[in-house]
Amino acid sequence: METILLKNIQNPNSADIDEYKKVGGYTSLPKAIGMEPQQIIDEVRKAGLKGRGGAGFPVAMKWTFAAADPKFPKYLLCNADEGEPGTFKDRPILEKNPHILIEGMVISGHALKAEYGYIYLRGEYPAAKHILNKAIKQAYDNNLLGENILGKGITFHLAVHQGAGAYICGEETALIESLEGDKGQPRIKPPFPVNIGVFSKPTVVNNVETLSNLPYIIEAGGEAYAKIGTPDCPGPKLFCVSGHVEKPGVYELPMGTKLKDIIYTHCGGIKGGKKLKAVIPGGISTPVLPPDKIECPMDFVNMPKHGSMLGSGAVIVMDETVCLVKVCHRALKFFEHESCGKCTPCREGTGWLRAILGRIEEGHGTEGDIDLLLSVAGNMLGKTFCPLGDGAASVVQNFIKHFRPEFEEHIKAKKCTVNG
Amino acid sequence: MLNDASIKEIAEIRTKYPNSRAALLPALYVAQREFGWLSPEAYEAVADLLNVPKATARGVGTFYAMYKQKPMGRHLIQLCTNVSCMILGAEKLVDFLKNRYGIEPGGISPDGRFSLVIMECIGACGTAPAMLVNDDFHENLTEKNLEETLEKYR
Repeated sequence: METILLKNIQNPNSADIDEYKKVGGYTSLPKAIGMEPQQIIDEVRKAGLKGRGGAGFPVAMKWTFAAADPKFPKYLLCNADEGEPGTFKDRPILEKNPHILIEGMVISGHALKAEYGYIYLRGEYPAAKHILNKAIKQAYDNNLLGENILGKGITFHLAVHQGAGAYICGEETALIESLEGDKGQPRIKPPFPVNIGVFSKPTVVNNVETLSNLPYIIEAGGEAYAKIGTPDCPGPKLFCVSGHVEKPGVYELPMGTKLKDIIYTHCGGIKGGKKLKAVIPGGISTPVLPPDKIECPMDFVNMPKHGSMLGSGAVIVMDETVCLVKVCHRALKFFEHESCGKCTPCREGTGWLRAILGRIEEGHGTEGDIDLLLSVAGNMLGKTFCPLGDGAASVVQNFIKHFRPEFEEHIKAKKCTVNG
Repeated sequence: MLNDASIKEIAEIRTKYPNSRAALLPALYVAQREFGWLSPEAYEAVADLLNVPKATARGVGTFYAMYKQKPMGRHLIQLCTNVSCMILGAEKLVDFLKNRYGIEPGGISPDGRFSLVIMECIGACGTAPAMLVNDDFHENLTEKNLEETLEKYR
């Protein structure tokens, strides 16, 4: 299929404004500025665009709430804090196609009547910071950002705000706290950011990939866009595939592409012809799947029906040599490190889950440890402000659900039974 | 306490936000770049400049992994060991760094040349295992190309 989001990225100068313009860039912006804000929201509704950060929330609905709030100024925040392990899908946009994001943000800003935007960029992407700053400067110099954009009376200011290595800041209310100069600890909802967000003003937080869809939606129209992908979940999707496949990388494919096709058709199958053991389909927080469950269409609607989630579209493929107790342990080490400490079930639960998994992996597990893991996980689910605790608990539940014998063998043999 | 260039840079950053508190994270980065880490004096200087309580500056700074609370080596190695990197051999690279350069995770090499920080996913999973040295990505690492790469950082 023709690429929309990753168009022209093979061009080594693709991040330059002139190269972007050569492939049709910045032609949607004047068109959008000529439209009423409500017309843009209507096109996005027709397009059926769902947020690409992981939750899959309908974009037009979020925008409608923010647009309806009488408070000004309004803010548009781009979530470029992609920290979900396994995820590197936004990086090619940020590093190689920054102007599609900027154009998307100006269009979105007009739709929301927002005059200020920030790109909250993770600290681990120093190259992207320089590239984005350069692109933003080019856009200002070309009157595509700032006051009176293209002489049409529209104002939109944009700046990069660099995070500092906290996964939790990918959660929108933690991101807002961090942008305000505080620790990245999530807020309780309601109030929702669309009403009381950054600096207590109506705020929309959208993912990099989500906003980068806007130029095409305006160019082609919502109806044409909705023909890509599946009827429930239209559009192109970036899948980032890592682990034991022949050709890992970022793939732009129609939403709803089957997980099996991503692995075997697009990525060339399992590396070295080994046997597939497990797949984490949407970043580390999404439920792991065994090899007989990979016929699922990868979209926000179908994945839950197949026992997992689309998440960020980060597919981690593991072959038969991988110890899944070890993977589960590593995942929990991550959640323990990244828990912000605000909610007790998450702060304590992630630490205990990590400790129990560690002793099983090291050969000191005891009978009853699996039930203990499930008990701790069950006491975390649904008891925290944000989804980090839920993610940690469900990782443990799903590894045990699909691979319980491997955990039992570790405990019985008093050692790792996969890699000795 | 901060030099004039840093003070000027922070003043410019301040204009991007509706209040000075929001400039705290970027200002801490500026101070860290000047001093190499965030010493008590660095926190104090940033707090005074932005008119935020010192305890706030320190409380916020210590929340984030990328603000350094102690002096670092000349070059910062940020090596990922999360799942995608781990299953492709990142742990062996940690051992290699220990044996070859005498660096423990979180520590500094005896000659002060390198600091090592173990990272939670740096977004280079498709080219795992991967690391950042200072601001540069190095991907598809093996013991061999890891050593070759590090030899360029003196």
